[in-house]
Amino acid sequence: MALPGYVGNAPTSFFVTGDPMIYASDVLIVLTVIGIVFVLTYYKKWGWLWREWLTTVDHKKIGIMYLIAALLMLFRGGTDAVLMRTQLALPNMHFLEAEHYDQIFTTHGTIMILFMAMPLVFAMMNIAVPLQIGARDVAFPYLNAISFWLFFFGALLLNLSFVIGGSPDGGWTSYPPLVENPTDPGPGENFYLLALQISGIGSMATGINFLVTILKMRAPGMTLMRMPLFCWSILATSILIIFSFPALTIALALVLIDRLFDAHFFTMLQGGNPMMYINLFWVWGHPEVYIVVLPAFGIFSEVIATFSRKRTFGYSSMVASMLAIAVISYLVWLHHFFTMGAGPGVNTFFAISTMCVGIPTGVKVFNWLFTMYQGRIRMTVPMLWSIGFIPTFAIGGATGVMLAVAPADYQYHNSYFLIAHFHQTLIGGVVYGMFAGLYYWWPKMFGFILNERIGRWAFWFFNIGFYVCFLPQYQLGFMGMTRRIYVYPAGMGWTALNLISTIGAYLMAVGFVLIVVDILYSIRYGERDVTGDPWDGRTLEWSLPSPAPHYNFARIPTVTARDAWWVMKGERKRGEVKRELEPLEPIHMPNNSGRPFILSVLFFLGGFGLVFEWYWLAIPSGIGVMVCLLLRSLEYNMDHYIPVSEIKRTEAALGRS
Amino acid sequence: MQLCSSVFTLGFLKDTPDPSEVDVMNKQVLRRPTTNRSRAVWRCGTLLMLIPLLATGCSPQVVMLHPVGPVGRIEERLIILSIVLVTIVIVPVFVLLWYIVRRYRDVPGNDAPYRPEFSESRTLEIVWWGVPILIIGILAVFTARDTFALTKPPERSAPPLTVQVTSLDWKWLFQYPGQKIATVNYCYIPTNRPIQFILTANAPMNSFWVPQLGGQEYTMPGMAMQLWLQADKPGVYHGRGAQFTGKGFAHMTFDVTATSQAQFDAWAKQIQKTAPALTEAGYTNLAHPGLVGKMSFSSYPPNIFHDVIMKEGGMYMKHDKAVLEGEK
Repeated sequence: MALPGYVGNAPTSFFVTGDPMIYASDVLIVLTVIGIVFVLTYYKKWGWLWREWLTTVDHKKIGIMYLIAALLMLFRGGTDAVLMRTQLALPNMHFLEAEHYDQIFTTHGTIMILFMAMPLVFAMMNIAVPLQIGARDVAFPYLNAISFWLFFFGALLLNLSFVIGGSPDGGWTSYPPLVENPTDPGPGENFYLLALQISGIGSMATGINFLVTILKMRAPGMTLMRMPLFCWSILATSILIIFSFPALTIALALVLIDRLFDAHFFTMLQGGNPMMYINLFWVWGHPEVYIVVLPAFGIFSEVIATFSRKRTFGYSSMVASMLAIAVISYLVWLHHFFTMGAGPGVNTFFAISTMCVGIPTGVKVFNWLFTMYQGRIRMTVPMLWSIGFIPTFAIGGATGVMLAVAPADYQYHNSYFLIAHFHQTLIGGVVYGMFAGLYYWWPKMFGFILNERIGRWAFWFFNIGFYVCFLPQYQLGFMGMTRRIYVYPAGMGWTALNLISTIGAYLMAVGFVLIVVDILYSIRYGERDVTGDPWDGRTLEWSLPSPAPHYNFARIPTVTARDAWWVMKGERKRGEVKRELEPLEPIHMPNNSGRPFILSVLFFLGGFGLVFEWYWLAIPSGIGVMVCLLLRSLEYNMDHYIPVSEIKRTEAALGRS
Repeated sequence: MQLCSSVFTLGFLKDTPDPSEVDVMNKQVLRRPTTNRSRAVWRCGTLLMLIPLLATGCSPQVVMLHPVGPVGRIEERLIILSIVLVTIVIVPVFVLLWYIVRRYRDVPGNDAPYRPEFSESRTLEIVWWGVPILIIGILAVFTARDTFALTKPPERSAPPLTVQVTSLDWKWLFQYPGQKIATVNYCYIPTNRPIQFILTANAPMNSFWVPQLGGQEYTMPGMAMQLWLQADKPGVYHGRGAQFTGKGFAHMTFDVTATSQAQFDAWAKQIQKTAPALTEAGYTNLAHPGLVGKMSFSSYPPNIFHDVIMKEGGMYMKHDKAVLEGEK
């Protein structure tokens, strides 16, 4: 008996056909591309695009590009979410058929974690970390550009699957044996594997880059224990990236070898063992959620201290808890599959280690609360997102502890309770954090402040929508609704809750649109930030003009305490320092290079070739990648000095001496 | 409110502001927050949040909290315990947040103490490292106890009944080695008797879940997994696959009917008499991807469960052999 809407697995043609939504997307994509090409040509901006953006190695510009790409991906992933919630609004809906729903939840998860959360985190760290530690760029600016472009083309590859070849449909976790050839033929899964692989190389490089940057490039006097907590969070995250991404790389590579060359690592027959994949995936996958949430913790620490006009409470505790979370996160991966037949001893170990994550996390929440305690709280938009985060994350953390109880997890596993939990932590943690960071550092990036009024509306729509969307899902879990079902019968008692949840999703979508509106409105009407320190900040980035000149610091500051800029301001106010300004010196900066972009294009072509097993495309692209690497090794003219006269001109134009 | 203030004026928290600090705070007031509106929005939000709970309340459709067997009850007790324990942390967070945000707003005329350098308190830090450790400690003990308990038959009141379950694309096959019958997409179990489900998959892995009886366990190709369940009350309990297996996944539901032992025996006899036999060819056909309704078979090829597990990798695993041997 055939399934309703079941038209077989194999792709019928190169371009995806048969669905009006896809045709609409085709038209939109073509129109957008034509529009962009026209605008660039008409205003003669091609050279500008190439010189200022595509070849840049400036961490601030790379950060901005990450940000734009991440917001676009948030739109894509959010559209997926709204489509899913529409399908689930009522029982027995026929808005989407099974295969479309399967593709949409797969791309939703993959995009939100890897192409939205990750780049948003990378955006924030690129923008803020070098400025906060008093550095002129990251340790390896050229590598930083490669990281971005690999992410960009990885994301492009995955998104292309929507209109070419068909999207992956095995879930964002992509468990074999389901995603092996016999049950999942066609290029969709290959898109997933290669897109993640390509962007994963970039993420790995970013981890190394920021670890070295933070360890080696701090301004004189900035000891580790004087670093802003955001830098600490990025240090912890970098360590997590470096140790966890190799596991993902291996897992994806083995599945790819299975699929392209008929190997049997994870197949059902011929001795393959899917369990191996599941272990490898979660050895990466669990640290991954801390990779994205720790930087959010860092942002909350900065924002809450700044807008409470108070020092961070329990700084050492905050650092200790962050590092504790980083370490424990490697010891908990099995809690993703308590129900896959591990013995009671193993399950107990991982249950308890998982609960232990709750301890340092709880400590952080209380420290944030007491940072505000006896402070002076200014309810700006970044602060609203931070305060909104505390209850969402308290609930998310609590349900996390509940899920850690192994026997209870036998019930929650794969139910909507789980869905509600991880959205509560990932949205309530990461997205709230990144929005807080977005509003907080926006003036530093662009020189104007985002409109507070629209920002507040956006927050309230999103925040209320969030609870309306996800609280019912906990209850749906208790009622036995499982994840990834595209349709459910009436009479289970699920209907009302699903409908409410869908309304919540729409409210969140309105919140997101309002943020975009805020950005567009403020580009034109936003209040200019002429001081460079619009929030009365505490850390070094606020000592610079907004936006910062491309060399960041004309003179590298000397740090004497935590909250370095706050202390400097205090000294100046009291007239304590009449420091002689040191003479300016020429600044050593890296050259721009087009090679990271070209290298990533070649990676993209190679990946695209492998997706369709077109070796005539994949092999030459691979050779091209090698040539790029070789050329870089033979390159000697990689840097330049900015003369003192130019620095003086720039500083004077920015109103600084 | 009174309680809150008294809690926060304990000895270790100096509550008198330093005059110089108050001076700093009055400068740079960014924007007056719209207190009343925010509060109204909060209230609306809270009400909206309660709707789902009020709407469904604790109706029996909340299956996880209405277990009908000892396994489900153990899990329910742990769920309740964990809710109570995490509440001990959550409630103070909510109260503190509400109090602090209300009390320490940067608005002109706020006379609350302002101490910008107050950032260390050993006492407080010991409290919030200590309390969670204590809570996790309690929860850990019960978790360990029940994790071990659930690997054994729930109650030794009656000899267990074995049911072999195979998840296929996209249907559930139940084989009764004792009764020599097989069913598809439904099964019967006697009440008050431990049921040993032995699970495997002859398709991408799925998860066997009957929430009202208890938690789930995966069906994995090449592995013989064990799940103990037991029903105390007669009834029809909804079951479904919980791990995504492709296009037909949403339709992979089944009914578990619990009846008295006598009725169960009568049912088995009737299947033996009236239903057709499941042949090798019939099994191959059944394993082919697609959907089917409920089916019954008076017999099945005796080694089929064992053979499927061995073929898919069970031959490499000592554990599977032990489970399959133990069952004989």
